[in-house]
Amino acid sequence: MDAFLHQIFSGLANGCIYGSVALALVMIYQATHHINFAQGEMATFSTFIAWALITQSGMSYWLAFLVTVGISFAAGLAIQRIVLRPVEKAPVLTNVIVFIGLLLIFNALAGWIFEHTVKAFPSPFPQQSGLATKYFSAHEIGSLIVMLVVLAALYSFFRFTPVGLAMRAAAQNPESARLVGIRVSWMLGMGWGLAAAIGAVAGMMVAPIVFLDPNMMAGILLYGFAAALLGGIDTAWGAVIGGFIVGVLENLLGAYVIGTELKLTVALVLIVGTLTLMPSGLFGKHVVTRV
Amino acid sequence: MKLKHLTLAVAGIAAAAIGFSASAQKKYDAGANDKEIKLGDIKPYSGPASAYGTIGKAISAYFDKVNAEEGGVNGRKIKLISLDDGYNPARTVEQARKLVEEEEVLFVFNPLGTPPNTAIHRYMNQKKVPQLFVATGATKWNDPKNFPWTMGWQPNYQTEGRIYAQHILETKPNAKIGILFQNDDYGKDYVKGMEDGLGDKAKTMIVSKVSYEVTDPTVDSQMVTLKGSGADTFFNVTTPKFAAQAIKKAAEIGWKPAHYLNNVSASVGSVLTPAGLENSTGLITTQYLIDPTDPQFQNDKNLQDWKAWMAKYYPSGDLKDASNVYGYSVAQTVVQVLKQAGDNLTRENIMKQAANLNFTVPMLLPGINIKTSATDFAPIEREQLARFDGKTWVRFGKVYAPAND
Amino acid sequence: MTSADLKKRVLWIGGALLLVALVVLPFLVKNYRVFQFNLVMVYAIAILGLNILTGFNGQISLGHGAFYAVGAYAAAILMDRAGWPYWATLPVSGAVCFVLGFLMGFPALRLGGHYLALATFAFALAVPQLLKYKHLEGYTGGVQGIVLTKPEPPFTFRFLDQPFNADRWLYFFTLIVALLMFWLAWNLLRGRVGRALIAIRDHPIAATAMGINLPMFKSLTFGVSAAFTGVAGALGAVAIAFVSPDSFTVFLSIFLLVGVVVGGLASIAGAVFGAIFIQFVPNIADELSKSAPAAIYGVLLIGLVYLMPTGVMGMVRRFWARWQPGVARPSGQPPAR
Repeated sequence: MDAFLHQIFSGLANGCIYGSVALALVMIYQATHHINFAQGEMATFSTFIAWALITQSGMSYWLAFLVTVGISFAAGLAIQRIVLRPVEKAPVLTNVIVFIGLLLIFNALAGWIFEHTVKAFPSPFPQQSGLATKYFSAHEIGSLIVMLVVLAALYSFFRFTPVGLAMRAAAQNPESARLVGIRVSWMLGMGWGLAAAIGAVAGMMVAPIVFLDPNMMAGILLYGFAAALLGGIDTAWGAVIGGFIVGVLENLLGAYVIGTELKLTVALVLIVGTLTLMPSGLFGKHVVTRV
Repeated sequence: MKLKHLTLAVAGIAAAAIGFSASAQKKYDAGANDKEIKLGDIKPYSGPASAYGTIGKAISAYFDKVNAEEGGVNGRKIKLISLDDGYNPARTVEQARKLVEEEEVLFVFNPLGTPPNTAIHRYMNQKKVPQLFVATGATKWNDPKNFPWTMGWQPNYQTEGRIYAQHILETKPNAKIGILFQNDDYGKDYVKGMEDGLGDKAKTMIVSKVSYEVTDPTVDSQMVTLKGSGADTFFNVTTPKFAAQAIKKAAEIGWKPAHYLNNVSASVGSVLTPAGLENSTGLITTQYLIDPTDPQFQNDKNLQDWKAWMAKYYPSGDLKDASNVYGYSVAQTVVQVLKQAGDNLTRENIMKQAANLNFTVPMLLPGINIKTSATDFAPIEREQLARFDGKTWVRFGKVYAPAND
Repeated sequence: MTSADLKKRVLWIGGALLLVALVVLPFLVKNYRVFQFNLVMVYAIAILGLNILTGFNGQISLGHGAFYAVGAYAAAILMDRAGWPYWATLPVSGAVCFVLGFLMGFPALRLGGHYLALATFAFALAVPQLLKYKHLEGYTGGVQGIVLTKPEPPFTFRFLDQPFNADRWLYFFTLIVALLMFWLAWNLLRGRVGRALIAIRDHPIAATAMGINLPMFKSLTFGVSAAFTGVAGALGAVAIAFVSPDSFTVFLSIFLLVGVVVGGLASIAGAVFGAIFIQFVPNIADELSKSAPAAIYGVLLIGLVYLMPTGVMGMVRRFWARWQPGVARPSGQPPAR
């Protein structure tokens, strides 16, 4: 029983990781209606920057955190303006190819600049603090809190601020948004900037657990996608809950049902099956098109 | 002079000339000439195993040193053509063919990974081009009868697994063993070695065997399963990132088994330090190379030489990465083979010299040597157990060596 | 003569010249190049398969590497475990992949766009794991894979001072199969079926209203597309003479999609350009940089997509259209966003 509970809690902790990556994916989707395959590698690169700031330049953790988030925002914005704007009008698949190109570039650059040896990334929630419990380490609880804060911030941003509203409009109906005076291109850029920033936060929360190396996000990204889609790609909190579900399922199935050798297969079959029954995910808006 | 004498004289001079040139003869196969020796090497510079690309760069840097400081080997500079296969066996086939058929190298050495090497195994032997010092620990490369052109280098994984099994039987014959292994040929080879080493007792002693994929984000779930199985001995067959995770998680969930860590992930700087040095105390591994991050060697002359070489010829390389020690040592083995071959640089002679090694290189631990023979195509077979005391790996016990070494 | 006649003549002469070139080429270059050209044709067939599904029918698949793997393993298992000759394995690979693709088509009906991309992506990741599965090891060889014997040519001769050896024989074998597959695809797509596929891609509701049986068509397309890629996989396995789970990672699926976009969506001839790209550009990247060849590949990829957003064939079509002003041409191209 103890082991069972432990698997569930371990799954929830993993789910926190998947949920934070899913948040970044949802962010980009809500802003641009694209799924960004390079999200993981961008997050890894941001985490490397934070690592360099902390270990090479001796910055304190939270200062490095803020600086990294700022740099990531600027970089995301720049990438949208410089790399993606030329292909805005091209077919969807062309954009997908550009994302793949970015993925390869970021991954290779991270390996080249920062080397492939495994690095420890510090956690701002020390092990001995009062936050730790038997099943969750202090860091896991801490990153859960951080993710919920980000989630709340995102929600209020989109719901209550004019800029957030403008971004949603630009994504849903660019032509009408332009007519109302919204600068659609800049909204897209901001969307990318925000997504990059959230990705950086996700990376910095994830790295202390899985250790930092250029391929850190490779496995996580897939589960992040699954989480985002399972919960519904257009709802932020759906993505987070999707993350928890995926994390727990993956652990339970691997430990008790099918063994670890087919864990990936079964977890994904389950997700695809769910999507077949509920095509917009568990919590997504079901869009009905009237002919 | 009579015609008969003239004929004899001419014949005699001709015979002498032939005999003279034969003795001073330099023999070359493709890729070798008076000025240079062209060698080929295939590494994953891109793709999932790109962390090992640094081995290729280290080898290249070592050849730079030999060319610059010693003028090459026997007056011939070494030219290395290193190609990327992305750890994709289909591309390994393509690159091996390019090296053999287009670049026409003398031989190919240290291709990395069991599937890539399996893909070119038959081809290299058909073409009679040496496939030397393959960078994998699988057992099948030591087969001179069927594959006389292929040779391994590092101690193979099954032997290492057997050494651990032997140690467990000696120190803890009633142990309950839990194994975490990577679900590929490397992981399965280690597990086989341990199972073989335990013999009949394997079924009763191994209480839990869980695998993970390289694409898994963490091994937390597997660690929880292992703890829950009641195992009190842990065989950890993971690559560095997952090894660090496993060590850390074991400490976090309060599981303190007798912990055997595979040699691939035994680096103090790259694995144990991120995992936590206190968490790693008591770990047991086997070693054959000097760990560049191990404090006990900091004043060792061989390590100082290595560091000086890295600084001069491979300054962008990571001084904490054991792969750079590996590349350095493989390159030195190749140079030794070339030195032994002298002026007879045919592929056949290269294989002959490779099967006639009996020396050691600086970064091998004391007591570990490189020895081959016509029936023994496994150059490095000796290993020694070591235990981590919180700061460094302390070697103990005997140096395990197979009967023919 | 009219410009239409001129165009026809140019096409015929061009086609004939191309054919002659293809036949003579293997005798002009070394074995290893012949091997590379062989792989280009294999990838071209695979990319053609994916293009039928994604370019013409609008269903995004990030999992075609899995069909390629199934086709390759089917051929390998038949050759190695059952002693079949290599040429007999091609139809079986095609049939197996057709069935598999058809089955995949049903859940795909309910998923659109990103969801389908994820589902196929998941499939691409699951297949290597299945291939390693210990209970299937007896057939698949597990992580060690299966080593095959390269087929010998049925006859030999010398031409232009080069022997007709195993590599050249395989090249011609693949060439014949490729020509056959391309002709099949062209035949299929230029008639009612092709128009139906494009209609489904662009205006699914209107297509249903016109009486096209959407579910049947979409699933059949999946099946046919998978069959093409499966046959390519079998040919690849024969040429490389080795299969293992590591040969068919998710990157293969990604690169096939890259090939489709680079060649041009909804273009049959584009498959060849796409294949040339994914076969040779990694080698170029390798020569330019050992430290980060993948980054160079990424840069070249993005650069190409900037220059030719609709692929190589898209650019060719634009030039062709400029050379022929005033001619209205029906476009099989997908609408821009």
